[in-house]
Amino acid sequence: MKKAIVAMSGGVDSSVAAYLMKKAGYDCIGVTMKLFSSGDVGVRESKCCSLEDTEDAKSVAKAVGIPHYVFNFSDKFKAEVIDRFITAYEHGLTPNPCIDCNRYLKFGELFRRADELGCEYIATGHYAKIEPDNGTGRYLLKKSDNSAKDQSYVLYAMTQEQLRRTVFPLGKLSKAQTREIAADRGFVNSEKRESQDICFVQNESYSDFIARYTGHRRAPGNFTDISGNILGRHKGITNYTVGQRKGLGIAMGTPKYVVSINPDNNTVILGEEKDLYSKTVKMKNINLIPFDNISEPVRVKAKVRYRAPEQWATAVQTGGDEIELTFDEPQRAVTKGQAAVMYDGDTVVGGGTII
Amino acid sequence: MNVYADNAATTRMSETAVNAMLPYMRDIYGNPSSLHTAGQKAAEALLTAREDIAACIGADPKEIYFTSGGSEADNQAIVSAAAKGRSKGKKHIISTAFEHHAVLHTLKKLEKYGFEIELLDVGRTGTVTAEQVESAVRDDTCLVTVMYANNEIGSVMPVAEIGAVCREKGIPFHTDAVQAAGHIPINVKSQNIDMLSLSAHKFHGPKGIGVLYARKGIPLVSIIEGGAQERGKRAGTENIPAIAGMAAALKEAIANIETNAAKVTGLRDRLIAGLSKIPHCVLNGDPVNRLPGNAHFCFEGIEGESLLLLLDSKGISASSGSACTSGSLDPSHVMLAIGHSHEIAHGSLRLTLSAENTKEQIDYMIAEIPKVVEYLRNMSPLWRDKITGKKQFIL
Repeated sequence: MKKAIVAMSGGVDSSVAAYLMKKAGYDCIGVTMKLFSSGDVGVRESKCCSLEDTEDAKSVAKAVGIPHYVFNFSDKFKAEVIDRFITAYEHGLTPNPCIDCNRYLKFGELFRRADELGCEYIATGHYAKIEPDNGTGRYLLKKSDNSAKDQSYVLYAMTQEQLRRTVFPLGKLSKAQTREIAADRGFVNSEKRESQDICFVQNESYSDFIARYTGHRRAPGNFTDISGNILGRHKGITNYTVGQRKGLGIAMGTPKYVVSINPDNNTVILGEEKDLYSKTVKMKNINLIPFDNISEPVRVKAKVRYRAPEQWATAVQTGGDEIELTFDEPQRAVTKGQAAVMYDGDTVVGGGTII
Repeated sequence: MNVYADNAATTRMSETAVNAMLPYMRDIYGNPSSLHTAGQKAAEALLTAREDIAACIGADPKEIYFTSGGSEADNQAIVSAAAKGRSKGKKHIISTAFEHHAVLHTLKKLEKYGFEIELLDVGRTGTVTAEQVESAVRDDTCLVTVMYANNEIGSVMPVAEIGAVCREKGIPFHTDAVQAAGHIPINVKSQNIDMLSLSAHKFHGPKGIGVLYARKGIPLVSIIEGGAQERGKRAGTENIPAIAGMAAALKEAIANIETNAAKVTGLRDRLIAGLSKIPHCVLNGDPVNRLPGNAHFCFEGIEGESLLLLLDSKGISASSGSACTSGSLDPSHVMLAIGHSHEIAHGSLRLTLSAENTKEQIDYMIAEIPKVVEYLRNMSPLWRDKITGKKQFIL
């Protein structure tokens, strides 16, 4: 029988994924990844990764009829996710830690454990689909049938090996269908509310989290305009992100936006709405899925953050690990550190980190 | 082959203990506080159990308080000594860095109320000395609490010597003897112990029952308020079946303590000798002064979690450390206290034996464990870095 690890967070999606895997005939092991100690990151015990979520996962595993274990990944999560998150902010970037967590934890460390335990497959509760491309023999990552929940954006970094060995049982379901299955099976978490935002930062700003976690606050510095004229003082660069208008504490005649952050001279540059638009976006740390390289310019639809709408662009590979996207229309508030992800219809072409 | 090697987590109940409990579930089910015959029979059982347990540790029956287990006993002992200390303006408490969480978390709570907690260093072998305690003592010390034997690495502390220091200085001395009771001889009088915690399920008794011994003259504060059970120090109808089972189990353990200890020590030493041949591993805990059944190793380059699952699939029930911490899964505070890095701490394996284990089981573990360790090392990128010289070996 095909052996699989199901990553079970204690939430409704991964619970239903476990049920569907068992039903599909896999020999399943439920695993809850402990990613951090609530005390360390200042999250209340009732939140994500808490003992309560672990209990929920255990209860569902029992209902499904599969063994359940908790594995401690907190050292790896700190090194690969939290530390990267902090370093990025300190360099004036706005990172997406969920992508790092998928890349290094769920499809990195967890695969290593799967190997140790003799499991060929890993299943998660993501809303996305994996399909073989019969022409090339490669595996394709596709959007969920339910576009409202589609999570393919945060999965763009998956390698061919990872795609071959991963199962997304919820790829064709809507959230409502998932909840219905959970309720039918009597899972304890069928009505549990959706997890929001970044799991390790709750009830505080990112900047407060970084200050508390690292033990030091970033020094205040100058707001300047695009020409370098000083407009006022900022509270430390980790408080700001590109496109931000609120909370600048600056009164000017016209609305001012953060247009860029310069960590080298500790400056936050403000501008007008029009200064936020750019047509070209460069990315590194690239991953391509249907092919290894882009040999000639390709037309794609791309998005520059999770919730941004897709826009037409032309992608050119400008280096071994660099792609340049030229959008048909200028894009608002393209933010360094976020991921740009490219699509061909429902198929993920690939993506990278915006530089 | 099935091998249960997690006796520090809990033990199988002995037939003697099970049989001692049954009458109090089926026939003699009265409430010991009731006046009628049914109640009085239960009260007799309570009295007998108290006498039996007192005799096993050299105490007076009036010094025995039944609790829900070791954790409650630890909580009550510490909170009681702290309350007494506070009334005299004493706020300094001495303990060790590798106590059970029932002790450490209680102390942490007291810290919030203004107590000053001093945790003694336990060194690489995981022991403290009476001299360390003596030099830590201050005029405002209101409690010394040092475990009898460590639950993870099995080191046995010089309890009698520490007790002597405390008695001389007039400071109450509590010891968490949950891992020791029933396995190594305890005498609260000759060892100068003022308070002691024990738990039945660690010596083949039932779960959910334990004892706090408190020497006459040591005031106790009740943590559970209600009726006047346990002389007003622990409310709630007594769990008579469990108490009878605990008394029977402890009596049996004490009657056989020498033969069991000799047998289990022999098995343990065979296991330690066999597993010590694995390269890049270390035996944790005091090699000489250790619990008869404890063997605890760290293996470099592997994750304890995978090791345990693979051993389980081979029928070997083992643990990476304390069962109580698996809910939190942080690297063991005991491993960190004896100076291991997180990396090494994650590769822990605790095998804890009882007299029910056999030589064949030990040989099976000696044959299987090295194979699993090697298998996991061969899959580990960290291990690859070490054998190719990219990273240094620690062990």
